This record gives sequence, C-alpha cells and structure tokens, in this order.
Amino acid sequence: MKILVCISHVPDTTSKINFTDGDTKFDTNGVQFVINPNDEFGLTRAMWFKEKQGASVTVVNVGEADTEPTLRRALAIGADEAIRINTKPTDGFFVAKQLAAIAKDFDLVIAGRESIDYNGGMVPGMLATLIDANFVNNCISLEVEGQTATAIREIDGGKETLKTSFPLVIGGQKGLVEESDLKIPNMRGIMMARKKSLDVKEPVDGGNATKAVSFEKPAPKGDVKMVSPDNLDELVNLLHNDAKVI
Amino acid sequence: MSVLVYTETENGKLKKTAFEVASYAKGVADMLGTSVTAVAVNADDVSELGKYGVEKVLTVSNDKLNNFNAKAYADVLKQAAEKESSKVVVVSSSANAKFLAPILAVNLNAGYASNVVALPESDSPFKVKRTAFTNKAFNVTEITTDVKLVGLSKNAFGLKESDGAASTEDFSPSLNDADFTTEVSSVDKVTGKVPIADAEIVVSGGRGLKGPENWGMVEELADVLGAATACSKPVSDMGWRPHSEHVGQTGKPVASNLYIAIGISGAIQHLAGINASKVKVVINNDPEAPFFKAADYGVVGDAFEVVPQLIEKLKEFKANNA
Repeated sequence: MKILVCISHVPDTTSKINFTDGDTKFDTNGVQFVINPNDEFGLTRAMWFKEKQGASVTVVNVGEADTEPTLRRALAIGADEAIRINTKPTDGFFVAKQLAAIAKDFDLVIAGRESIDYNGGMVPGMLATLIDANFVNNCISLEVEGQTATAIREIDGGKETLKTSFPLVIGGQKGLVEESDLKIPNMRGIMMARKKSLDVKEPVDGGNATKAVSFEKPAPKGDVKMVSPDNLDELVNLLHNDAKVI
Repeated sequence: MSVLVYTETENGKLKKTAFEVASYAKGVADMLGTSVTAVAVNADDVSELGKYGVEKVLTVSNDKLNNFNAKAYADVLKQAAEKESSKVVVVSSSANAKFLAPILAVNLNAGYASNVVALPESDSPFKVKRTAFTNKAFNVTEITTDVKLVGLSKNAFGLKESDGAASTEDFSPSLNDADFTTEVSSVDKVTGKVPIADAEIVVSGGRGLKGPENWGMVEELADVLGAATACSKPVSDMGWRPHSEHVGQTGKPVASNLYIAIGISGAIQHLAGINASKVKVVINNDPEAPFFKAADYGVVGDAFEVVPQLIEKLKEFKANNA
C-alpha cells in the first residue's frame, strides 16, 4: 500500500494573527510554523499503516523552500520520503491540481479536512475528484483491507460508517488517532530525516479559481458585563431582554 | 442564469439552514437581477421555501439518494446548475455540504469560497468576505471563475422573509454507478440530543468541572435551554467527554446565538473556535481567566454553586414565559 500524506505548513495554534502590506499579507514575523494539526493526525495514522500493514509513506507539501523544516519534521516522525512542489499555495483549486499531478501513483491519500490558516476545506475533495478517486471527508477512523476501506466520518449529530475502495482520498481530523498517539520526533528520527529523500518538483500549469484580496481582524469586543453570583436573576433578565437569546 | 441553492433536508423535512441559504441566495439574486432556484432531494414539502425568496424548486425523488452520498449529490447539483445555466451556486456549512462542495466545484470548474459571512461586497468582480485563521480574522476573497460556488457560514446571515410562493418542478438527473462507489453501511445518530452544528444555544464545560461525573449539571442546564453540550480540548483529550463535543480550533466550530462556558479558562485555540457565537457567558471562579475578556456576560463564582442556581432561575423563567 502506497500512502501519500498531504502536509500544510501553518502557523502554530497559539499564534497571534496579524497582517502586513496594507492588510494583504499574513505577517509571519515571530510566527512558529508547524504541521497542520489535521494533517498530523493523518500522518500518525499513516505511520500505523506502515508499522502494521507494511505501507510506504510519502509526504508532500505545496510550498516554497521555507516549508522544508515542516517536511523534515514529518520525515523525522517516520515518513519514508518527501516531495515539495515548488510554488506558493495561493488557492485551494490550484493546490489540488498540483497534488493531482503526483497523487495518481498512490493507493491512499490522507489530507487534513482543512488547514487551520485559510480553513478552505476544499483541497482533499477537489484532489479526489481530479484524480477520480473515492473521497471521505471529516474522517475519524480508517481501516484498510486489501483494496477496500472502512471509514467513519463525523456527521452533524453523530457518525456514519462508509465502505469504499482504493484509490481513496480522505479529509482527516482528530479521531483518526488520539491526541496522545501523536509522535514527537526523537533524536534518531531527526538524524535519519536528514538522510531521507526530499524531492523538489516544479509546479504544473493550473490557474487559480480564487484570489485572497485582503484581510481584516474582527472588531474589538465591548466590555464584559459582570453579574454577581448572588444575583443570577439579573443574568437571566439580561439574556432575555438585552441579548434576546433566551 | 438563476442563483442555484442547495436546500438540505433531514428525514424529508427542510432544515433551518435551508431557509438561511435560501435567504442568502435571494440577496445574491437581487444583486445580479435574477431569481433563485432551489434543489431539494427527497423532500416531503418544499412550499415554505417561497417565503425565503425561492422562485422555483427542483424536486428530486430517488430512493438511491435516501442516504447522503457526496458524489451523487454533487452530481445532482451539477446537472441542476447546468440546466439553470447558474453562475452562482450557494450551499451551507453543514458537514454534508462541506463534503460535496469541493467535488461540485471541480465538476463545475467553479472557484469555491467556504465560510462566507456576508453578501458579496461586489458582484463584478465577485468578492465575498469569509472567516479565516479559525475566526481570528476575516479574508476578502475574489472568485475569478465564470461559475462561483459560495459556502455560507452557519448563523452568519440569518433568515430574511419575503412575499412569494415557490413553484415546483420534478427533476430527474441521470445518476450512474460511478456516483455510488462509496456506500453508507451504518448511521449512528445520537437521538434526543441537539447536535452542536444545529444548536442555537451551546453549554460547554472545561477542566474546572474537575471530572466527568460532574457533567450532570451541564446536561441539565442544556436541557432547560434546549441546548447542545460541548467541551474544551483538555476535557476531550482526557476522555471525560467524546471528541464530537470538543469545540475549538482543532475541534468543531461553534456559531450559536448563545454560548455558555463553565470552568473554561479561554485558551486562544478555544476562543477561535467559538468566536462566531453571538453572545458569550462565562462562569469561572478565577477572575483573571482570559475568557472574561472575550465574554459578553461574566460570573465570577464556583460553578458548583452558580450552575445549579442558574438552572433553577431558568426553570422559573421558562415556567413564567411558556
């Protein structure tokens, strides 16, 4: 089984979000970049398939040279090899087309349901459709037997079990593995990662379908109104008469 | 050229989000000088859509579509969009809509903007405002393709009633076997509880509640309010509550009218996930908890005293306002 894990290079979840160049660009100053959390759950599940079912695991990122530490980290966690497609990931459709150019060689593609920066939530489904693969989104469990797979996806208010087959693309999230299963690379992994192949490929043609024009931060919040714990009638009253939410 | 909107149903009934996306589609159609066509699959009664600006409903009846199937549903919508020559297609942010939207985008060669929170700032160029960085920011996105796909954030636009009645037309798209290569083998829906995605009120508990055995009062408060229950990340990581209740940056987003946080300090990742909620109430015994800065109403006090009292007050209120 050949597995491709798509890795987004995103700001750490604790990052303060600021913009530069007249609010047209994300300010990377002082920001720590990490493997997108949704992708990391998928990578860890891929490691399980490697250990238990002898799968090979390739990681891929669409990005410029500054994303290589993130790919090296994925190699240190245990991926066999890495590919970087050398272009700025400017639009979900564009990124999906870049991934489609290499994904045909794999049985299973694991991506995160969305990146935590742009939250587009479109690359896995677009990729699946471009390469004519099956697709399961919001995937919280994945088992493979031969060419067939059983996946559980989260739905609004529950979950659903799906039977499907390779080639398969999943949009994964927490549940694929537990938070406690995530691996912190050890020194041996880090040393080995330096020797593993990181292949840089040039992008294929493929126009953008969207363009990020500008960014803004939410308006600052008004002051909190404090209510005494001895006067909860007031809270009920405020929620009913002022906020009108009950 | 009408604006096409996918109006979702559950067990044959239109969902509330269907009326919200219909209202939004009407707003877009007014900007473009056109009308709204809705697509409803296996719906019992679609007449109510007329009240939210839909002029025509394409009704699809097909037993093969009894279970949601993203590929097949995307195929239905693609054929409907082509039939109507639609340039703008609107879907919701439900789990199902987010599943089918990227498939539909490729099939229509359409640019897709998800998590959109307002009507287009302009229709040519077509620019929409959406959330990004998990609600820590907004992003204005221009969709540059001929056909545009808009995913509307939940509870961002609201319902807009207008006068009108919708006509219906039977629509029988041709589906093929390739649409059904992924099959649903079982559906496990929690019954008798409000899903977070559909909830107008969410009651959420954090580590301050000390253990899973103390969730009875969270559930009771949720019951009184007809609310969904949720939790912070540490609580789900420790296994006190299921992952499906984890709200925050790596969990579920919450966009309810009212969010009540009990014993949650308010880590930046949690705040990002619930930021789209309209009114936030924070109950915490630590007056320095960062969540108070993001709250509309705060109570500094012991949750084990405050919550039971609040439940009683709300029961009285409900009894008097029934």
